[in-house]
Amino acid sequence: MRFMVIVKASKDSEAGKMPSEEMLGAMAKFNEEMVKAGIMLDGNGLQPSSKGARIRFSGKNRTVIDGPFAETKELVAGYWIIQVKSKEEAIEWMKRCPNPHEEDGYIEIRQVFEMEDFAPGPAVDHHLAIKAELEKQKK
Amino acid sequence: MTATDIHRTIQAVFRIEQAKLIAGLARITRDVGLAEELAQDALVAALEEWPRTGIPDKPGAWLTAAARHRAIDHFRRMRLAERKHDEIGHEQQSLERDMPDLDSALDDDIGDDLLRLIFTACHPVLSPEARAALTLRLVGGLTTDEIARAYLVAEPTIAQRIVRAKRTLSEAGVPFEVPHGADRGERLASVLDVIYLIFNEGYAATAGEDWMRPALSEEALRLGRILAGLAPLEPEVHGLVALMEIAASRFGARTGPDGEPILLLDQNRARWDQLLIRRGLAALALAESLGGEPEPYQLQAAIAACHARARVARDTDWPRIVALYGALAELVPSPVIELNRAVAVGMASGPAAGLELVDALSAEPALKSYHLLPSVRGDLLVKLGRHAEARAEFERAAQLTRNERERKLLLARAAEASAN
Repeated sequence: MRFMVIVKASKDSEAGKMPSEEMLGAMAKFNEEMVKAGIMLDGNGLQPSSKGARIRFSGKNRTVIDGPFAETKELVAGYWIIQVKSKEEAIEWMKRCPNPHEEDGYIEIRQVFEMEDFAPGPAVDHHLAIKAELEKQKK
Repeated sequence: MTATDIHRTIQAVFRIEQAKLIAGLARITRDVGLAEELAQDALVAALEEWPRTGIPDKPGAWLTAAARHRAIDHFRRMRLAERKHDEIGHEQQSLERDMPDLDSALDDDIGDDLLRLIFTACHPVLSPEARAALTLRLVGGLTTDEIARAYLVAEPTIAQRIVRAKRTLSEAGVPFEVPHGADRGERLASVLDVIYLIFNEGYAATAGEDWMRPALSEEALRLGRILAGLAPLEPEVHGLVALMEIAASRFGARTGPDGEPILLLDQNRARWDQLLIRRGLAALALAESLGGEPEPYQLQAAIAACHARARVARDTDWPRIVALYGALAELVPSPVIELNRAVAVGMASGPAAGLELVDALSAEPALKSYHLLPSVRGDLLVKLGRHAEARAEFERAAQLTRNERERKLLLARAAEASAN
């Protein structure tokens, strides 16, 4: 199963403060460990929200709002995609992550939906039937 | 945390640490069976202590220390036993076991140990099934129960297979090492074959009747990625990883709503996993950058990459696939590869050219009961408008397949052909 590991933003990450050489080194070592264990699929740091944008959806309306956004703790500063056997394993790996924040902070672990996670049911059947129909039309 | 939570946490920690632990212990003891026992003893110690004391900050170090104590106990007992042997006048054992320097040995860089462990578990003295089971157990950290479920056999069968494999290794005196020179290439090929065997065991299963089977492919991918990290200069390792990543990218598109198989060219490519495709193409580029004549897995990955790069089926680079199958057939001549090449030729140069190649294969004894021969022939005949002949071929293919879902698909194609 796959998990997205989300590093929550901090004041520093939002301020665009670059990580120290020491932190970069510790993260590289941790990444290397995950790569060598065959579990790290992807991962990146994100630039501060001041360089980002949001699109607000309201019915048919779309409003673009430029960053920065206020609620730092709810923002994302980076992510990994890892593939492990259980949530417990994902947690154990991430407990070994060097602390990405100088202040207190969070790393969040969320399982990725896979095709087989959508348990059979009328809604999913409907969804798949439409897809099958679309496929037929394409031929 | 409840007792179950702690239990699951310990299992997770153990899965992360187990291969390293066993690999380090095996170098000292020169016996993977004994190494696994010592590692298991450490696990038992953790299961006894951690619920009381909590999970230690450095669980890996804790387990290593526990295993080290058990190893010291073991060597003490061995020495004692040898002294007793001497006392009662038994033949002196020629092999004098000195107590190894466990502290520094276990703290060494474990990369090479893990590679040795993989090479030992995949030793050709074992049957391919035994190699696969032992690798999943020692390197993957799967329980015998999980392996048994994945292979759809009874747990005692797998347990037996693993016990026997460990005994065979120790009786054959298989050295715990990474072979060198020409040996290395040969043994590496065996390691890659075992990993691919595991991958296919999960991949070839129709639909998710048993949840463990896709998980088996995931495990093979993980093992392949570990190997790529340990042997980064071996192009064929990256070739195999590339092949598996790209094949795995199609998992979500390979079966329809009722679990029926969907052929490659009919798959909804929006369902292909682009992250895995990207990883596969990167691994293939790495393999190619290492130079040398491409070997079979790299060639197969290059073929898979041709499909992965085409966002719609009609964009597929068929002439390149024909060339790659040609190169593959030269390396590992096989009528099945020839048949695949015929399919590609049919796409690149038209159905008549493909049919010519397929007909040349029809006398091939190895393909006599291979359902894909009539199935491919039927497909080419349909394209040539020879529907009656096509129908007969699909019916023959339906008789030959052992897969129920595939049989239905073939019968449907036969009916379709006769309707035209």
